[in-house]
Amino acid sequence: MDGSIDLLVNAIISGLLLGGFYAAVSMGVAIAFGLLDVVNIAHPAFILLGSYVAFIGNSMLGMDPILAALIATPAFYLLGMLAYQVYYVAFERRNDQSLRGLAFFFGILFITEVTLVLVFGVDYRLVQAPYIGANLDLGVVELPLRLLVPFVIAMIMVVGLQLFLSRTFVGRAIQAVAQDQQALRLMAADPVKIKRIAFGLSIATASLAGAFLIIIQPVEPSIGREYIGRVFAIVVLGGLGSFPGMVIAAVTLGIAESLTATFFGPSWAPAVAFGILLVTLAVRPSGILGR
Amino acid sequence: MRGVPFILCLIAAAAVIFACGRWIDNSYAFFAAYVVVQYIVLGTAWNILGGYTGYVNFGVTAFFAIGAYSTVVLYKLVPALPLPVMVLVGGVMAGLVGLGTGYLTLRLRGVFFSIATLALAVVVQTLITNWDFVGGARGAYVLRPRVAPLIGGEYVQYLFLVMLGLCVIVLATARAIERSALGYGFTAIRDDEAAAEASGVPTLKLKLIATTLSGGFMGMAGAPLPYYVTYLDPASGFSLNYAVNAIAMPLIGGMNSWVGPIVGAVLVGGLQEYLRVTISSAVNVLVVGVLLVVFVIAAPQGIVGLFQRKK
Repeated sequence: MDGSIDLLVNAIISGLLLGGFYAAVSMGVAIAFGLLDVVNIAHPAFILLGSYVAFIGNSMLGMDPILAALIATPAFYLLGMLAYQVYYVAFERRNDQSLRGLAFFFGILFITEVTLVLVFGVDYRLVQAPYIGANLDLGVVELPLRLLVPFVIAMIMVVGLQLFLSRTFVGRAIQAVAQDQQALRLMAADPVKIKRIAFGLSIATASLAGAFLIIIQPVEPSIGREYIGRVFAIVVLGGLGSFPGMVIAAVTLGIAESLTATFFGPSWAPAVAFGILLVTLAVRPSGILGR
Repeated sequence: MRGVPFILCLIAAAAVIFACGRWIDNSYAFFAAYVVVQYIVLGTAWNILGGYTGYVNFGVTAFFAIGAYSTVVLYKLVPALPLPVMVLVGGVMAGLVGLGTGYLTLRLRGVFFSIATLALAVVVQTLITNWDFVGGARGAYVLRPRVAPLIGGEYVQYLFLVMLGLCVIVLATARAIERSALGYGFTAIRDDEAAAEASGVPTLKLKLIATTLSGGFMGMAGAPLPYYVTYLDPASGFSLNYAVNAIAMPLIGGMNSWVGPIVGAVLVGGLQEYLRVTISSAVNVLVVGVLLVVFVIAAPQGIVGLFQRKK
C-alpha cells in the first residue's frame, strides 16, 4: 500500500478514536448548554479536576485512573448541584445570567486553574495503566489502546445518557425543562430541582472525561483552555442538546484535527476547532442535527 | 464642545501624576504605575463593549497580544518608528479583528460571541506560535532604548507617558460615548435588544462599532508591552491574567460608567502589586479570581453601585 494512503488511513482512524474522547468531554456541555441553557465555560476546569483526581488515585493509591474517576463521580455530582444552586440563586433567579453568570463561570475557571497550579505546580502529570502504550495491531492500522479504551467507554456513556434521557422519568423531565419550564411547573414539578440534577450529571461526566484526558496526554493546569473552543465548537456544530449530533460533530472535529496534525503539524491543530465554530455560526447556527 | 473641560481635567490629572512620578524618580514606581494605567485602559476598553452593550468578550488576550505582536513586527521591520505610531498600528489591527469576529458572530445570541472570543484567543495564540518571524514559540527580544526620547530620563518613563496619554484618550472616548446617542443606543441594546431593534436602533451596526472600538483600544494597550517586558513569548503575551483582570476590574469597580474601571483598576491593580511584592505572584492572580466571583455574586453593580445606592 502507498505510504501516504497508509498515513491517511491511520490519521482518520486515530481521529475517529479522538472524536470518541471529544464526545465524552463535550457531553457535560451538551447537557448544560444544550438542554439547560447554562453557559458553563468552566467545564474544562472541572474536567481538569477529574484528571487530577485520576492522577492522585493512580499515583498514590495505585488505582486504575478510570476506576478512580468513577469513584469520584458522586462527589462531582454534588459539586455540580452546588454550582448550579449558586448560579441559580445569584444569577438565574435575578434574570442576570447573560453577563454576570458568564463572568462567574469565567472566575471559576480561573480560580480552579490557579489553585491547581498552586497545589500541583505547572509540571506535566501522567498516569500509569496497562493499556497505556500498548497497541491493538490490525494489520494495516494500529489502534493505540490509550485511545481505544476512552473511546469505548465514552460511547457507553453516550448511549447510557441517551437512554436515561429518553426512558426514565427524571430524564424526560430534563428534556421537558429544555423545552418549556412553565409547562413543567404546571405539572407540579420543580424545574430548579430538575435542572440541579441535570447540572450535577453534567459535572459528573467531567470526572470520567478528565480521566480519559490524562490517559491520552500528559496534563498541566492550563491545558483546559484549549478545550473550551473545542467543546463549544462540538456542541454548536452538533446542534444544541442533540446527543447523536454531538457524537457526529465530535468525530468530525477529531478527524479534522488528526488530519491537520498529520499533514500540517500538531501545533496547528488547536486552530481547527475555531475554524469549524466560526463557519458553523456563520452558515448554519442550528448545527447538524439542530432542533 | 461639551467634552472639552473634561478632557482638559484629564490631561491636567495625567500631567500631575507624571510630574509626581518625575519628582519621586523611582523606576519601580514607574513600572508599577505603568501596569495600573495599562489596566485602566484595558478595563475601560472591555467596558465599552461589556459594560455598555452587555456583550462579554473573553478574548481580551487575543486583542491585547495582536497589539503587542504588531509592535514586534514593526520593530523588526522599521526599528526607528516612534512608539505612538506603533500603538496606532496595533490598535488598527486589533480593531479590524474585532470587527471581523463581531460581524461573524454578533448576528446570533450574545453567548455565541463570548464563546467565539474565547476560542479566538486560542487561535491567535496558535497563529503566533507558528509564526517564526515574530519568534514563534521561542519568543522575541525587543531592545529597549536606554534613554527616553523627548523627555529624557529612563525609557520606562516614556512608556508610562505613552500609556498615560492613551488612558486620557480612552477615558475621554468612553465618557463621550456615555453621553451621546451612541451610548443610549448601547444601553438600549443591553437592556432589551429586541425592543431596541423594534424601535429603530440599528443594533448590529452599533454592536460592530462597540467591538471595533473595544478591540482597537485593547490592541493599543498591548502595543507598548514588548518594550515594557523586552522579551515576549506567546505564553506570557497570552497570559489569562490579562483577560481576568480586564473583566474583573470593570465588574468590581462598576460597569455603568467610565469611573468604574478606574476604581477597579486602581484598587485591584494596586492590591495585586502589593501582594506580588509581599506574598507571591501566584497568590495575587488567585485573589483577582476570587474577588471577581465574590463581586458578581454579592455586589452586581460594583463599588460605584454601592455608593450610588447609599446616596
